[in-house]
Amino acid sequence: MTTEEVKKLEILAYEIRKDVIVALKNAKSGHTGGSLGLADIFTALYFKVLHHKPEDPDWAGRDRFLLSNGHVCPVWYAALARAGYFDVEEFRTTLRKLGTRFQGHPSRLDTPGVESSSGSLGQGLSIGVGMAYAARFDNAPYRVYVGMSDAEFQEGSVWEALMAGGNWKLDNLTAYIDRNKIQIDGSTEGDVMPLEPLKEKLRAFKWNVIEADGHDIKEIVTAFREAGAHRGGPTMIIFNTVIGKGVSFMEGKAEWHGKPPNEEEAEKALKELDEHIEEMKEGGD
Amino acid sequence: MIKLNEELRLVDDFENVERIPTRDGYGKGLVELGAERNDVFVLTGDLADSTRTAWFKEKFPERFIDMGVAEQNMINVAVGLALSGKVPFVATYGVFVPGRAWDQIRISVCYNKANVKFAGAHTGISVGPDGATHQALEDVASVRALPNLTILSPTDFWESKKATIAAAKMKGPVYIRFGREKVPVITTEETPFEIGKAVVYREGKDVTLIATGQMVYQAIIAANNLMERGIDAGIINVHTIKPLDRETIVEAARRTGAVVTAEEHQVYGGLGGAIAELLSKENPVPMRFVAVNDRFGESGVADELLEAFGLTHKEIEAAAEELVKLKK
Ligand SMILES: [Mg+2]
Repeated sequence: MTTEEVKKLEILAYEIRKDVIVALKNAKSGHTGGSLGLADIFTALYFKVLHHKPEDPDWAGRDRFLLSNGHVCPVWYAALARAGYFDVEEFRTTLRKLGTRFQGHPSRLDTPGVESSSGSLGQGLSIGVGMAYAARFDNAPYRVYVGMSDAEFQEGSVWEALMAGGNWKLDNLTAYIDRNKIQIDGSTEGDVMPLEPLKEKLRAFKWNVIEADGHDIKEIVTAFREAGAHRGGPTMIIFNTVIGKGVSFMEGKAEWHGKPPNEEEAEKALKELDEHIEEMKEGGD
Repeated sequence: MIKLNEELRLVDDFENVERIPTRDGYGKGLVELGAERNDVFVLTGDLADSTRTAWFKEKFPERFIDMGVAEQNMINVAVGLALSGKVPFVATYGVFVPGRAWDQIRISVCYNKANVKFAGAHTGISVGPDGATHQALEDVASVRALPNLTILSPTDFWESKKATIAAAKMKGPVYIRFGREKVPVITTEETPFEIGKAVVYREGKDVTLIATGQMVYQAIIAANNLMERGIDAGIINVHTIKPLDRETIVEAARRTGAVVTAEEHQVYGGLGGAIAELLSKENPVPMRFVAVNDRFGESGVADELLEAFGLTHKEIEAAAEELVKLKK
């Protein structure tokens, strides 16, 4: 990737953050922190990694992307909108409102680009395993991607899926963990139910494990490329992220897991995001 | 013996019926499907033999997946296959699917409208000596409230085979309910079967017996005995519990003015509940429910248990007689 291209995507990730803030402010409910924390990863996915055709969401050769922790769908909708699946304004103004195509949690039958409905944690990886199994059976060229939260690794069904994916050596499957170490009731490690040592557990389940900075576009893209090139088993990318990334008063705060910004907070957040975009545009690298 | 609708090509002799488990019909249906089309996959959770999916495995090992004892993953792997254009059939005991995987069935199967066909084998009290933990008596109630789902409860071997094949031909989620034990074969290969169409075995004048699964046979015996006592009972086989064949059931209630339901399931939330919900709105008539009366099962031999839990023609007859008296 050229420096120019990286910079373009970095700026786009901040535009997507602005979409998320506006949509959640208008919706008056929803999950802000996780959505902001994933903006860089979703930008990398939809503008560099995935093979897809926004004008033909059902294109048979598309890579499949599943979002297992459905509550962070605002960032998904924003990325899909910016990629051309639908009008960004429709998303920003109707999210979570009666009659909308943009449900509070992803709904396959409502939203173009959404492969499977989700919202109850711990289900997406199993579906991804099934899709990867089918793709391998058919010798299909596409890959299957699954986005997951860290806290959902507390669900037993995730480990059932890990066991199957590892056993079947599904190297057409890449999953990532949004490792922000935050869940509703606090820190995954300190307050609730620790996941560590996570890498070792995943390797014991026969997964290839890559760790990367979830806010560095270049590292994100490289991690997905390495995962795609790996043979003999599925890959789990642990993306270290900061919940609320990009808005200083939200960063690292569990309280921003499940609440939207009010008018005032949104204004403050948008100003900060705009300033950051200006800085990036001015800065040489 | 009373006369049943001849167009249905049912067996001639109800006193000397052959007995085959419904799960065998499932196994045979899957093998036929496997040969007919290459998009059919079969998944089981460490129960290939007792769900009869081993027969499919033998013929089409490349499309058979043993998921191990992990039912939640099994349902969602099936969803992944379905969303990739396959037609997956999932089979384990009813207590595990739908039992253990209800959330997966709710969101990933039903909300998604994924083309997954899941089967609960070993449903009902007649599972026998394994006892309460393995006798699925709540499976229908637990999934009947889910939108987009079709629920099938075939009565015998042939109907099970036809239900399995018909499930593959329709688009959308289907739950099929089977039993463990050998049960009377009352239909034939020629008997028509259509998902959503209740089968009127006999019209009757005084009371309608509406049954599902192996209780259909008990309803036939009951109707025969009732006739000897001067009561003309109709018989309807409701193999599709959802969506209900509203027209046929409402018409029967209108004609006879009394309904007895019979099922190998808890009294709450199953066939009887579904019929009561329908009739209380469309055509209220006095009803009685032959079912398991809000209690867990226990160990025993199938026939003993059916007697002990009041799931025989005798309870159907008593309920019918009570209703006929009530009408006078
Ligand atoms: Mg988290």
